[in-house]
Amino acid sequence: MSGFLSEVAEWFSEPGRWTGADGIFPRTLEHLWLATLPMIIAVAVALPAAVWLAHKRRAEFAANAIVNVGRAVPSFGLLILAGVFFARAGVDLRFWPAVVALVALAIPPIFTNAYTAIVTVPPATVEAARGLGYKEDEVLWGIEVPVGAPVILAGIRISWIQVLATVPLAAVLSSGGGLGQYVVRGFAQGPGARAEIFAGALLIALLTLGADRLYSVAERAVLPAGVSRLASEDVKAVASAS
Amino acid sequence: MTLAQQTVPLFDWGWVGRNLDTIWDRTLEHLSLTGAALLVGMAISVALAALSLWRPSTYQPIAGAAGIIYTIPSLAVFALIAPFVGIGTATGRFIIAQVALIGYTLLILIRNIVTGIRSVPPETREAALGMGYRDRERLVRIEFPLALPVIIAGLRIATVTVVGLVTVTSLLGLGGLGFFILDGLRRSVIFPTEIIVGVILSVALAAVLDLSLLVLGRALTPWVRRGAAR
Repeated sequence: MSGFLSEVAEWFSEPGRWTGADGIFPRTLEHLWLATLPMIIAVAVALPAAVWLAHKRRAEFAANAIVNVGRAVPSFGLLILAGVFFARAGVDLRFWPAVVALVALAIPPIFTNAYTAIVTVPPATVEAARGLGYKEDEVLWGIEVPVGAPVILAGIRISWIQVLATVPLAAVLSSGGGLGQYVVRGFAQGPGARAEIFAGALLIALLTLGADRLYSVAERAVLPAGVSRLASEDVKAVASAS
Repeated sequence: MTLAQQTVPLFDWGWVGRNLDTIWDRTLEHLSLTGAALLVGMAISVALAALSLWRPSTYQPIAGAAGIIYTIPSLAVFALIAPFVGIGTATGRFIIAQVALIGYTLLILIRNIVTGIRSVPPETREAALGMGYRDRERLVRIEFPLALPVIIAGLRIATVTVVGLVTVTSLLGLGGLGFFILDGLRRSVIFPTEIIVGVILSVALAAVLDLSLLVLGRALTPWVRRGAAR
């Protein structure tokens, strides 16, 4: 056991381990960028569409179907399929296949939760706003979106966790994949690489848990105080289980 | 490399025809990896849910721990367990995959069992008490059946999630449909047919299991639809 731990410690202290081209810092940055860029794109695409469609009560069937389809498609398979198509187009596999697959993976929970959030705002609240003379735009952005914010943000968090979990799998496609590269490379080498496998996994786990914490902190900062008091654990449970 | 890949067709039906046996075997393998994880996951979740219903103060720590496991990427979970079990043997690889897959089912299952039981209306519980049901009897004969739709909803999510995650276990050298995905990618020239077959069958398997559980759930709880129709 202590032999294994010293193997891991040795791995961490190899020359160039932290700042070299294959080092932990550049790999961490790659990892975070591969997770963040698809999330930005997915939120920019899915959120306005879902909120607007929900406000108009359109495409209700699509809102329900999209999350089920999204859940059934294995993220690993989606990633490799994206790789196949980009390879046939002659594009380098290190960046774009992962981004495209992760955007597709991130959209369903964001879309469905945002849609559900708007649709389940109490009708009385919306009516009251209209009675107060709110225009349609103001009803949507001033009432429905803030009241639905906990469910909307819970959806974005589900996507964020899924995307963070899938980034390391991108290491199968190329020399990229952020911190996943250590683990995938290690598994391919077999039992001899157990220190690299373990160290890589440790880094991935820490980065993911840290990124998840960061999201919770940001969520609390963004949520309006009154709404955050209303949002119980139940709302989150229903939201992620829907 | 690009030129060579143009000559490989996107989908080769001939390959499918020649490999029907293997495809069937890998599908069954996928199914058994999924089934084993769900069975054990359900057993552990029932026990932990019972504990959190019996001692409510344990719910937060249990759900919190399950949440942490759920958040850690599957690849990292496999890799964190691997050095302790050893990836040298088939049994070792199977255990690694199962521990990780079971871990992923816990959060969804525990949360839905507890939420389901807790959302039984207090009047119903009072009525059962008034009719003389004891604690355990009431839980099994009144609260559990009423919570079944929520529990099955959780089981459906867990099932679909596990079917998807089993594809990743191919990185450990286990079979299942993920084998095709990885094998197609790792050939000297990428072979899309194998990858597409792996992905489509995985989606199909998830859909079939999801639908079966939906049907089973409806059959077990006929009163839900009767109530909705009224």
